[in-house]
Amino acid sequence: MADIGYSATSKEHDAQLGDYFALLKPRVMSLVVFTALVGLLAAPVTVHPVIAFASILFVAIGAGASGALNMWWDADIDGVMRRTSKRPIPSGRVQPGEALNLGMGLSFLSVMMLAVTANLLAAGLLAFTIFFYAVIYSMWLKRSTPQNIVIGGAAGAFPPVIGWVIATGSFSVEAWLMFALIFMWTPPHFWALALFMKSDYDDAGVPMLTVTHGRKSTRVHIIVYTVLLAVLAVGTGFTAIGGPLYLTTAVVLNALFLKGALHIWRRDEQSALADDYAVEKKFFRLSLWYLFAHFGVILAEAALRPFGFGGW
Amino acid sequence: MAIRAEHEIHTRRKGRNVGVGLMLAAFVVLVLAITFAKVTSDDFEVPSTSELVN
Repeated sequence: MADIGYSATSKEHDAQLGDYFALLKPRVMSLVVFTALVGLLAAPVTVHPVIAFASILFVAIGAGASGALNMWWDADIDGVMRRTSKRPIPSGRVQPGEALNLGMGLSFLSVMMLAVTANLLAAGLLAFTIFFYAVIYSMWLKRSTPQNIVIGGAAGAFPPVIGWVIATGSFSVEAWLMFALIFMWTPPHFWALALFMKSDYDDAGVPMLTVTHGRKSTRVHIIVYTVLLAVLAVGTGFTAIGGPLYLTTAVVLNALFLKGALHIWRRDEQSALADDYAVEKKFFRLSLWYLFAHFGVILAEAALRPFGFGGW
Repeated sequence: MAIRAEHEIHTRRKGRNVGVGLMLAAFVVLVLAITFAKVTSDDFEVPSTSELVN
């Protein structure tokens, strides 16, 4: 018998550390880290730097764990869609069981460690977020309703609330406003992506709005959600986490976002095909900056407060 | 047959093993730092001996 029963066939399954890291959806994790950090720093309670760093790290690990569970469950449709076909499981670099084990292991580790480092409420909220993304969104909503993105968006909206709860140990209106900002932003962001990814979701049989209600209806949904988002985003400027800097940024960005949504609404498929969905792609890119800038100025308002500048 | 000290699998997995090792070491350091931060904070109270006995 050869050494430790190793056979040549296992070579293709020898994943590298980077493959396991890719299972954690690093780009989603970076957004989670950023919004959770803003929630933590915008809260009116100072947290010890080590506790803040460790807590945000465990929130990031929890988010990564839910990403691994999502990739384990969605491996079949990931293989069909062009955008996701190179992910570790469909490309054969990681076995589905490994992703499940990693996801479960990191879920328990992150929740337990957040309970020890911060508080039980923050840990409970992280556990609920992982459950919501992996079970409610990935296993249930994603394949069963065109409202998948709308309700599933809640999973991505929890991190700033967790950040706030890490600092204060309780909920507040400001934390839920940050939640609402991401919750309302998610649908137009993903529907714009669904418009220019064309057949990807059709091929995978995912009931995205573009598949079930058509592209025209998706364009109408984008403008409706963008209007609601703009009201919410500008309105937040008058609360405790807002201030002159936030309000100015929100007015400018929401005007641009509304302009983009209006443009998308007025277009038909012929003109979109003619310029290869340039308007939809531009709106999608703007949506990334939109969220980053809103949370960036909430952070700036909080950072300026000790010097007598931030807030109202 | 004796297990050879070095096999191709060892070389190939070296990077992965070193990475896991470093992460575990970082985790130990992090837990230590959290402990220091907790016990040196103002609101930390050492449990009294009577509480521990009861």
